[in-house]
Amino acid sequence: MCTYQTEKLALKGSGKGPAGWFSLSRATVYFDHPAHYSAEHSLNIDFLNLDDGALSRVAVELDPASARELARAILETLPAVPEH
Amino acid sequence: MTDSLRAETVRLTGHGSDEIEAHLAQPLDAGRFGSVVVIHHMPGWDEGMKEITRKFAAHGYLAVCPNLYSREAPGASPDDAAAVVRALGGVPDDRLVGDVQGAARYLTSLAASNGRVATIGYCSGGRQSFLAACSLPLDAAVDCYGAFVVGTPPEGSPLKIGPIVHLTKDLSCPLLGLFGADDQYPSPQHVAELEEALKQAAKTYEFHSYEGAGHAFFATDRPSYRPEAAKDGWQRIWEFFGRYLGS
Repeated sequence: MCTYQTEKLALKGSGKGPAGWFSLSRATVYFDHPAHYSAEHSLNIDFLNLDDGALSRVAVELDPASARELARAILETLPAVPEH
Repeated sequence: MTDSLRAETVRLTGHGSDEIEAHLAQPLDAGRFGSVVVIHHMPGWDEGMKEITRKFAAHGYLAVCPNLYSREAPGASPDDAAAVVRALGGVPDDRLVGDVQGAARYLTSLAASNGRVATIGYCSGGRQSFLAACSLPLDAAVDCYGAFVVGTPPEGSPLKIGPIVHLTKDLSCPLLGLFGADDQYPSPQHVAELEEALKQAAKTYEFHSYEGAGHAFFATDRPSYRPEAAKDGWQRIWEFFGRYLGS
């Protein structure tokens, strides 16, 4: 199935795509068919800058357990960082 | 009839007189052929969709698959283009109709055209095939597991599309629907609701739902591929187009 479950969020930071580093403006997070990972569905994240066009994209396709581990690792790392 | 064909990338005039790229495949045999506009799935204008386009030519049809993401992401890889279009809310319905109209016009203007034209679409293209058939004079249309003909995208989805089942009264041609019984978008309930609308409007249609198959069972490069469903589905398509496209 196409789940169509999608979260969009604005963010600040940088990513490195096929054309080099670029400024990020948003991410989309969705559980749907992967383009490359061999599974029927995966947790996909696109880091984008839509002002720059389609080449400004960093993509990951993760199995759900890996995605949860990634989220846990991020949340465990951040408390050591001062709030901005 | 041989399976000799020629395939190439062409440019055609779509919605708003925009020039968009498209994958064209034509039989090399002499004669006149029916035409098929292939509407690609949400992952975009990729290798799988181009293979399907060439398959139609090998079976004796003029076929073209327009890149519906040409405008947002010219020259980008299919997955990058799909990510951008997804983030922007999908392809607007009016633009889709204009692009399909341009693709149909392109095919029927070819010297080898017999003047008949159909659409077939997969995934999001299934809904768009139905939309085109309710908006344009066509000879046949195929909806392969198209979501949101009935029903709406879940809360929070960026897709700016809604149900179009109310357009059923305007359907201009026979409709073939091929669905997976395990799919959720469209679910068996969505398919049943569309079938009821077709009955109420006294339209000609033929639906097949495959047990053990979910979404994208035609996609040979994905784990969702279900060979038995796909083989039967292709047979239904050849019979349907043979009946209505005269090729």
